[in-house]
Amino acid sequence: MSEFFQTFLNPGVMAESSGLLLRGLWVTVQACLIVVPGGLFFGAGLALAQTLAPAWGARSLSWGVDLIRAFPPLVLLVLIVHGLPFLGIEPPPLLGVGIALTINTSTYYGEILRAGILSIEPTQWEAARSTGLGTMATLRHVILPQGVRNVLPDLAGNTLEAVKLTSLASVVALPDLLRMARVAQGVHFNPSPLILAALLYLALLWPLVRLIRRLGGRAVLPA
Amino acid sequence: MRIFFDAEVLAAAWPGICSGIGVTLGLALTSIAAGVALGLVLATVRALLRGAPLRPVGGLIAAYADVFRAMPPLVLLVVLYFAAPFAGIELSGFMAAFVALGLVLGASAEEIFWAGITSVNRGQWEAALSTGLSRGEAFRRVVLPQAVRLTIPPLTNRAIATGKNTALASVVAVPEVLNQAASVQAQTASPAPLLLAAGVYVALFLPLVRIGRWLETRFHIR
Repeated sequence: MSEFFQTFLNPGVMAESSGLLLRGLWVTVQACLIVVPGGLFFGAGLALAQTLAPAWGARSLSWGVDLIRAFPPLVLLVLIVHGLPFLGIEPPPLLGVGIALTINTSTYYGEILRAGILSIEPTQWEAARSTGLGTMATLRHVILPQGVRNVLPDLAGNTLEAVKLTSLASVVALPDLLRMARVAQGVHFNPSPLILAALLYLALLWPLVRLIRRLGGRAVLPA
Repeated sequence: MRIFFDAEVLAAAWPGICSGIGVTLGLALTSIAAGVALGLVLATVRALLRGAPLRPVGGLIAAYADVFRAMPPLVLLVVLYFAAPFAGIELSGFMAAFVALGLVLGASAEEIFWAGITSVNRGQWEAALSTGLSRGEAFRRVVLPQAVRLTIPPLTNRAIATGKNTALASVVAVPEVLNQAASVQAQTASPAPLLLAAGVYVALFLPLVRIGRWLETRFHIR
């Protein structure tokens, strides 16, 4: 048993690699700070566009959303980070990762917010309009506050997915938590940093999973 | 612009990507089958032990679902492939990806089946038991068929997500579509193979994503 601990939870190795892992954790946090607000922002734009557009516009938007969703997130990420330089555009790595993952996750936020808007009865629209509110004012003051509340568990669920998604950044050499754990593993030839990183992800995300359950959320998210 | 559709490079990449499609499909289908089976077995065990003295087992199953929902699939894959050998467990890239994707899908599938089972009215259980069916029979013939109907749309979506996640296996050198494209890209310094791979993924998954959307409106879960 002690051999097991020496191999997988070696205190010396974990102490020595903690600096690297903390730097990686900070990069992961930065990626989340781009992807989650960015995804919410563009997702909200998408949901509003689908709500306000005429039928043909909403239909083409839904095809566009499905086209983006047909890409595995890693493929989208690799395509953007390794493809853009051929167009002469070379964003800093963190920004490239942020763009790719924001594109992916905003389609999910968008669908969730749209479901929230659609969950409000048409009579709410009619009542609000009859008091003299315009379309945008109705959305802002009447529809969105109720609609967002209805889909809060799903929004939290997608935020969990977005945070998990940032681990992909390690594949395109962004020095995030997972990447740094691999580096530390290579340096010490010991898997403890990797186990520590996995435990860190768990420590960060398990509370979020519990919160989602408390909100009544399910793993029933779109693909 | 021409560099993105370099015919020579595309021709060089095509055979590899074709064999990659086979690997992608093989990995996707086996991990989806294993994950759904695992989820169904766990949810069944949890349902049949409900209220019994073996209740802690249900708690363990719920904890498993939580842990694998919190763990990014790529982190799990990397741990299985790069850390497990230190414990004497040498998995091939394909096996590591199969186990990782199967465990992650198993956790969502368990949660989805469990939600379906608990949504079936208690009266259905009681009525079935009162006709003389055993617990197992009541579950299999009365509760499960009603529960499965509700699980189809979310389960389809999780299965599609698992199929897309097979691209992660490229990280542990499984020669699936993305891995094949990336290796030709590295040799030729051209983005064309990546675009070809992207096209393959769209051709594979766009119809599935549309079907998933159709199922959601059809069964009107919300």
